[in-house]
Amino acid sequence: MDRRESLQWMLAAAALPSMWGDAMAKPAKPAKARGYGTDPDLVKRHQTGALWPLTMSAARRRTAAALCSVIIPADEQSPGAAELGVHVFIDEWISAPYPSHAKDRALIVQGLAWMDAESQRRFGRPFAEAVQAQQHAICDDICFVPKAAPPFAEAATFFARYRDLTAGGFYTTPQGAKDLRFVGNVASASFDGPPPEVLKIVGVQG
Amino acid sequence: MPFVTTRTATRKDQHYDVIVVGSGAAGGQTAYTLAMDGVRVLMLEAGRNYDIVAETPMFQTNADAPLRGAATPDKPFGFYDATIDGGWAVPGEPYTNASEADGAKFEWWRARMLGGRTNHWGRIALRNGPYDFKPFTRDGLGFDWPIGYDDLAPYYDKVEMLIGVYGSNEGLENTPDSPPGVLLPSPAARVGERLIGQRAKALGVPVVPIHRAVLTTRLDHTTLPARLHPGNATAQRILAADMQRRAACFWATPCSRGCSIRATYQSPAVHLPPALETGKLDIVCNAMAYEVTLDRAGRANGVRFVDKATGKHELVNARVVVLAASACESVRILLNSKSAQHPQGLANSSGKLGRYVMDTVGSDLGGQVPLLENLPPHNEDGAGGSHVYSPWWLYQQQKKGQLDFARGYHIEMGSGRRLPSLATAAGLEWLTGGSYGRAFKADARRYYGSFVYFQGRGEMIPNEDSYCEIDPVVKDRFGIPVLRFHWRWSDHETRQAAHMQRSFADIIGAMGGRMQDPPEADGRKAIANGGSIIHEVGGAIMGSDRAASVTNGFGQTWDVANLFITDGAVFASNADKNPTLTIMALAWRTADHIVERLRRKEL
Repeated sequence: MDRRESLQWMLAAAALPSMWGDAMAKPAKPAKARGYGTDPDLVKRHQTGALWPLTMSAARRRTAAALCSVIIPADEQSPGAAELGVHVFIDEWISAPYPSHAKDRALIVQGLAWMDAESQRRFGRPFAEAVQAQQHAICDDICFVPKAAPPFAEAATFFARYRDLTAGGFYTTPQGAKDLRFVGNVASASFDGPPPEVLKIVGVQG
Repeated sequence: MPFVTTRTATRKDQHYDVIVVGSGAAGGQTAYTLAMDGVRVLMLEAGRNYDIVAETPMFQTNADAPLRGAATPDKPFGFYDATIDGGWAVPGEPYTNASEADGAKFEWWRARMLGGRTNHWGRIALRNGPYDFKPFTRDGLGFDWPIGYDDLAPYYDKVEMLIGVYGSNEGLENTPDSPPGVLLPSPAARVGERLIGQRAKALGVPVVPIHRAVLTTRLDHTTLPARLHPGNATAQRILAADMQRRAACFWATPCSRGCSIRATYQSPAVHLPPALETGKLDIVCNAMAYEVTLDRAGRANGVRFVDKATGKHELVNARVVVLAASACESVRILLNSKSAQHPQGLANSSGKLGRYVMDTVGSDLGGQVPLLENLPPHNEDGAGGSHVYSPWWLYQQQKKGQLDFARGYHIEMGSGRRLPSLATAAGLEWLTGGSYGRAFKADARRYYGSFVYFQGRGEMIPNEDSYCEIDPVVKDRFGIPVLRFHWRWSDHETRQAAHMQRSFADIIGAMGGRMQDPPEADGRKAIANGGSIIHEVGGAIMGSDRAASVTNGFGQTWDVANLFITDGAVFASNADKNPTLTIMALAWRTADHIVERLRRKEL
C-alpha cells in the first residue's frame, strides 16, 4: 500500500467505534496487599473483602452489578447474580494480590470502563442506567469471541472472562448450587449409586 | 512421649534406636512398624504439627472460601486442598532447573506439614505387578529391582489391611489381586463411570473398580490386629483400639481436603496415632534435616537439622538413620552430607546418587456427553474420588512390538454432578455459542454433570538425563544448598502420551461425546512437565550391584550399613501404578529388616 492509502487506513482504524483504547488510557494499578499465605485457616467462613481491601469505585461497582444481572438474571428458579453479591466477589477477585488476578484486574477494570463508554456512546447513559434492551444490544455484540466483529474483539475477551467469573461466583453459592439441583455435600449412611431411573435414561447396567 | 521439643530430643540421656526423617507415607510406615515392635524412634518433620480433627474443612462450600476456593500461588490445588506450607514453590526453599526449555523442566511439589503429601493425595492405592519389578528382563530397558513381586506381596497385604483399601480382584495381567478378606467393598459406580465402562469395553479397554485407601466399611478390629502383629499382644491391643477410632466414609467431601473422621489414609490419621500410643515414638516438628553425621568408624550416628522456631542448628543421635523425606529431599540430604571420606555426598560411591529421577507420564483430555445432560438430580459425591479406572490393557501387543512405546499406562477418570466450583459453568461458549441471561442459566443446568475427563498415568523409563544435583550457588533460607534438576523425556514417554490422547478421544467418541479441541497428536505437547504428576521417585535406586545402585533390596545404603532409605528414592523403575502403596510396603519391609538386625545386634 502506498503512503496515502496507509494514512487513510490509519485514520479509518482510529475512527472505529471501539472505545477500548480510551478505556485503556488509565491502566489499572496493581492491587497492593498480602495474600492469605501458605497456612490460612481452612475451617472458618471467610467474608468477602476481609483478607484484602476491595478496590472498585462505587461507579464501577454499579456497572459490575448491572453486568452480573444481565449475565445471570433472576428467574423462576433462582435469584440473579447481583442479588447474591457476585459483583462483590468479582471485586475481591480483581483486588487479590496474586499475579493471575492482576491480569484479570487489568482486563476487567478496562472492560467495565468500556461497557460504560460504549453505553454512553450509543445511548447517552452509563451501562447500569441503560434499559435491558440497550444492555442486550451491547452484550449481543461481545458475547461470543469467535463471532465478535473486529472492533469488539477485546470487549468480547473481557465479556467471556466476566461471564466465567459471574457464573463461578453464582453457582458456588447455596442458591446457585440449588439452581443446578446439586444434592451432595451431606453425610450419608450408605452410597447406593445412581437411582434406577437414571440408569434407564442412560442405558447402563445397575 | 509424643510431640517433643528440640531440647528434649537432643538431651544427652536420650537413647534413640532409630531416627526417621519425614512423617509421610514412608516415614509414617517406618515409624509405625518400628514403634509397634518396641524400637525407640525419633521422627523429624520439617513442617508444623497438624491436627486433622480440628483443621480439616469437611463440609465448607466454595462460597465460604476466599476467591471461591480458587487455586492461588499460596494454595496451588485450591484453598481447601489439605496442603499446608507447600506447593510447587515453598517460600524461602527454592530449587532450580538447569534448563527452562519445553520438556526439560522439573517441578517439585513439597508439603511442609506433619504427614506431608499423604494429607492431600488421591488415595489411589495400586500394587505394582510382577512385570514392574523386572522391566529390564522383560524388554531390555531400564533396570530390574533386586526384589520381585513375591518379596513385596506380603507387605502389600499388610499395608492394605492396616490402612484400609477398597477395590476388587479382577485377575487382570500384571494387576495383582489381593488375598481374600483384605480389600474393602468397592463403592457403586457413578452413572458416568458406568457409561465409560460400557463404551470403553467395546473398544477393548477394561474399566474396573479402582483401589483407593478409603474405608467403605470400618476395619475389622477383631481379626486384623492379630494378622498384622502376630505374637505381639501390645501392638494388637493398641491397633485394635485405634481401628475403632476410625470411622467409615460418610460419602461426602473430597478426600483431597483430608478427612477429620479418619476414613481415609493419611499418615497422621493412620500411622502416627498408634505409633505414638506405644510410647516409643517421639516427634519433633519444624525440624529441617540437612545432614547425616558419621562416627569415626564411618557409621551413621545422627542427623543435623535446623530448628525452624529458633533458627539454631541442632544434632540428634541414634544407632540407625532412616531417610523418608521424599525421594528428592532424601537425596538432597545425602548429597549435602559431604565429608573428607565422602566428597561427593554420603552413600554415593557409585556416583548414582541423584540419578534416575522418574515421574509419571501424565496427559489429560475431557469431553462433553449429551447422554449425561439433564439427568434427574442424585448424589454423586461417593467416596470423594474415583470409583473405577482402566488398568493397562495392551501388555501383549507391547510384548509383540506392536506399539511404538515400551511401557503402559492406566486411565483415571471422572464425571458427575460434583460440588459446584468456579469451573462448573465456566468456558461453556463452545457449547452455548456465547449465551448469557436466562438462556445461560438454562445452558448451565443442561451441561452440569455432563462432562467426563480422562487422565493417563504412565510409566517413565529411567534415563541418564533426568537427575538432580546440588546447585553450586543457590541456598535456601536456612543456608542449605538446594537441588538443581535436569529433565528429558524419551520417545517412549512422549509417544505414550500421544497414545493416551488417542485412547481418550476414542472413548469420548464411543460415548457419543464431543471435545472442545481435538486430541493432541504431538506427544511432546501432550505430556505434562516432569514432576507435575507428583509421583517423583528414584534418585537413590536399589539394585543388586553396588557399583550401579545406591541401596540394596532392603533400602540399606551400600556404603553405610546403618543408613536406610524408605521413600520413593529407592524405586528402580516407576510403573504406571501410583507409588504410595509401594512406598509403604517397602517401608514396612525395611523396618522389619531393621528390627531383625537390631535384635541380632547387627546394627
